[in-house]
Amino acid sequence: MSIAFTEIQETIRMVQMESLDIRTITMGISLRDCADSDFEKMNQRVYDKITSYAGQLRPVVEQVEKEYGVPIINKRIAVSPVAEILGNANVEQAITLAKTLDKAAEDLGVDFLGGYSALVHKGIAKGDQVLLDALPEALSVTNRVCSSISVGTTKTGINMDAVRQMGKIIKETAVKTKDNNGIGCAKLVVFCNPVEDNPFMAGAFHGSGEGEAVISVGVSGPGVVLNALKRFPDADLGQVSDIIKKTAFKITRAGELLGRVVAERLNVPFGIMDLSLAPTNAMNDSVAEILEEIGLERVGTHGTIAALALMNDAVKKGGAMASSYVGGLSGAFIPVSEDNGMIKGIEDGALTLSKLEAMTCVCSVGLDMIALDGNVSPETLSAIIADEAAIGMINKKTTAVRVIPVVGKSEGETVEFGGLLGRAPVIGVNPYGSEKFIKRGGRIPAPLQALIN
Amino acid sequence: MQKRAVVSVVGKDQVGIISKVTTVLADNQMNILDISQTILQDFFTMIMLVDVTDLSNLEELEKEFQPVEKELGLKVSIQLEDIFQAMHRV
Repeated sequence: MSIAFTEIQETIRMVQMESLDIRTITMGISLRDCADSDFEKMNQRVYDKITSYAGQLRPVVEQVEKEYGVPIINKRIAVSPVAEILGNANVEQAITLAKTLDKAAEDLGVDFLGGYSALVHKGIAKGDQVLLDALPEALSVTNRVCSSISVGTTKTGINMDAVRQMGKIIKETAVKTKDNNGIGCAKLVVFCNPVEDNPFMAGAFHGSGEGEAVISVGVSGPGVVLNALKRFPDADLGQVSDIIKKTAFKITRAGELLGRVVAERLNVPFGIMDLSLAPTNAMNDSVAEILEEIGLERVGTHGTIAALALMNDAVKKGGAMASSYVGGLSGAFIPVSEDNGMIKGIEDGALTLSKLEAMTCVCSVGLDMIALDGNVSPETLSAIIADEAAIGMINKKTTAVRVIPVVGKSEGETVEFGGLLGRAPVIGVNPYGSEKFIKRGGRIPAPLQALIN
Repeated sequence: MQKRAVVSVVGKDQVGIISKVTTVLADNQMNILDISQTILQDFFTMIMLVDVTDLSNLEELEKEFQPVEKELGLKVSIQLEDIFQAMHRV
């Protein structure tokens, strides 16, 4: 047998006992040709295009999943930034379009549809403003539509006028969805340096450099890495890195194979593999637990950033070798509500908002799925976004903010989002204000790092 | 081109596992290309490489195994061989 008995057993063990899965297969679809000054026509075209391109997405993915015996958890769609086609629309029409996207996703049986997005890192065009104004309502009347807003890049600096608006939008969305613990905010990401081929939600959109349609894959696998490390409790850090690297290689190869098969069967080009360790609330499927296995008593304590940097780098090195096209965010995710270890870290007082911010300096992607005190002011939310965007801008990396102010809850309480989104302890924010800084508006100029030509 | 799949069988060791599992394959005209098994602490593990070139639907075959799985308390899974090649060979 060309493949050794033990190797086959290893793969089976990874899937059956260590939660190896493909987190998402995401189909990117360009909506640019749907633009029309007649809104009704455009609305219909958007629905028709998505449902015809992605009509076979779910059945094909499910078939491939069965044939290869590796679970594929999510089927998703990312469309080109919707603001691009809203230039002639009004706010009500933008909300209608969100409902159309939601219906398309529901009819196709896909989990989420991303790309209700605007790129406003330098300025806000007409369509962008329409989308921003529609956001709180659009996110509260739809279930599967995800939105991402780019407010800064290393090349352009940070658009603080957009940052100021985003604080208000997040707060307003939280209030509009307060009966569901502010769930609308879980579908909204604010980016610095967003990537155009990210398959993960809520930040997926089909960038303007992409083709008509594309298949991208995001793998998961913290459980597999954790179990691999458990077998070598006394390895030094060089060996730890090597174990993670080898494991990431195998996980990535599985993802790449399945992605390519799906792309071929759908007759759509294969885009990229996103090498991100994405945790879930399943037992032992936690990024935080990997850090604790490396040797931290609790995630968030001193040494967390060094351990995270090591892990993140090792995942990339293993994955880069395994895939011909690496892209997306490619780094460890540290969403709080979706990772049991992170939740425990906060509950035990080891992990704080400040430490989470610091962690985003060495891994993608940002402050993710963090429940905040419901009384947080829009200006403070904007200031949190500005801090995170500055980290991304200066370090030439993607950073993001996906926080959920939970109306009626304060620090120490816990909030349940349900499903893949999990539960989160509510965190308090700094009691001192940042109003004046945010009200100044304008643009933070691009840093020296941008001048590389 | 030949299409091959790995059939893995895991369960408590008992009389007749190989016979019953291979009967299902023979009944479906499936040729076994390679076979190996071990017993570890009372646990039976068998891995077979089978030719599935003429099989249009792996899912059907999986269903055929359900009665045997139930009767003997086994877990039978069928996966295309490529996944193992991809994960363990450069």
